[in-house]
Amino acid sequence: MSGTLTLSHFLSLGAILFSLSVIGIFLNRRNLIVLLMAIELMLLAVNLNFIAFSHYLGDMDGQVFVFFILTVAAAESAIGLAILVVLFRSRESINVQDLDRLKG
Amino acid sequence: MNTTTLLFDVFAAVLLGAAFGVITARSTVHAALYLVLAFFSAACVWMLLKAEFLAIALVLVYVGAVMVLFLFVVMMLDINTDSMRFNFWRHFPLAGLVGALIALEMTLVLRGGFDLSLAKPFSAAELKLGNTKQLGVELYTNYLYPLQLAAVLLLVAIIAAIALTLRERKDSRHVDASQQVRAKKADRVRLVKMAPVVDDAPEKT
Repeated sequence: MSGTLTLSHFLSLGAILFSLSVIGIFLNRRNLIVLLMAIELMLLAVNLNFIAFSHYLGDMDGQVFVFFILTVAAAESAIGLAILVVLFRSRESINVQDLDRLKG
Repeated sequence: MNTTTLLFDVFAAVLLGAAFGVITARSTVHAALYLVLAFFSAACVWMLLKAEFLAIALVLVYVGAVMVLFLFVVMMLDINTDSMRFNFWRHFPLAGLVGALIALEMTLVLRGGFDLSLAKPFSAAELKLGNTKQLGVELYTNYLYPLQLAAVLLLVAIIAAIALTLRERKDSRHVDASQQVRAKKADRVRLVKMAPVVDDAPEKT
């Protein structure tokens, strides 16, 4: 890598980050907390793309969108962790394979 | 290679290394701490893109609040990670294939490149306004209604999280005001008619 930074630098970083978190979801298929963390990483990759486009296209709308994604992601992780705590109280486990009460 | 590119390379390497740490860390606490590192280096990359407000917001909201929440939950639950890591790498070939496919597809899309010639970069006046002020102007004029919706969403999240985790203690001795108000005399005092009992031979002391 040499020369000045271009849009594709940031887009490649976002793509690699996104696929890393997809791999993380496959690997940590039992641990619900790490699954939530992998989802946070995915959102981070998406946000990175938004900000990169916003910077290179000279349009603030991308950053406004990231603002809203941050809000929704914070709400999501708060509720997700609350559900996790309730789940642990009733099942004594956060192993995804133990969560079969709905017989899916 | 100028300084900005060098900085980008360093931040990107740390970010990807931390992301790898999150998905492979042996203990969940380590995964959470790696996630903090990932968020922090992502904030640095955003800083390179001149999105200062969002970079600071990421550090404050994520590193400051959400990650503390994660750490709290991780430490509160007594999790046996060893049983969860059984056969950890079994699905790695499939996962690697899917991940590589996603990266490849994105590259195919992005290789063609975007026509940035039509884009007009921020004008000098806009740049002078500063990132935070620009974002604020945009938020409070064109996006006022979505902003209110986001606020309502956060309120819903607060109430939902509290309602989900709240549980009544069995041994707490609290006063139920509505029950107190509804109490009637008949519930408390019972008048019983009975024949008088007379002691025939009172004790002599």
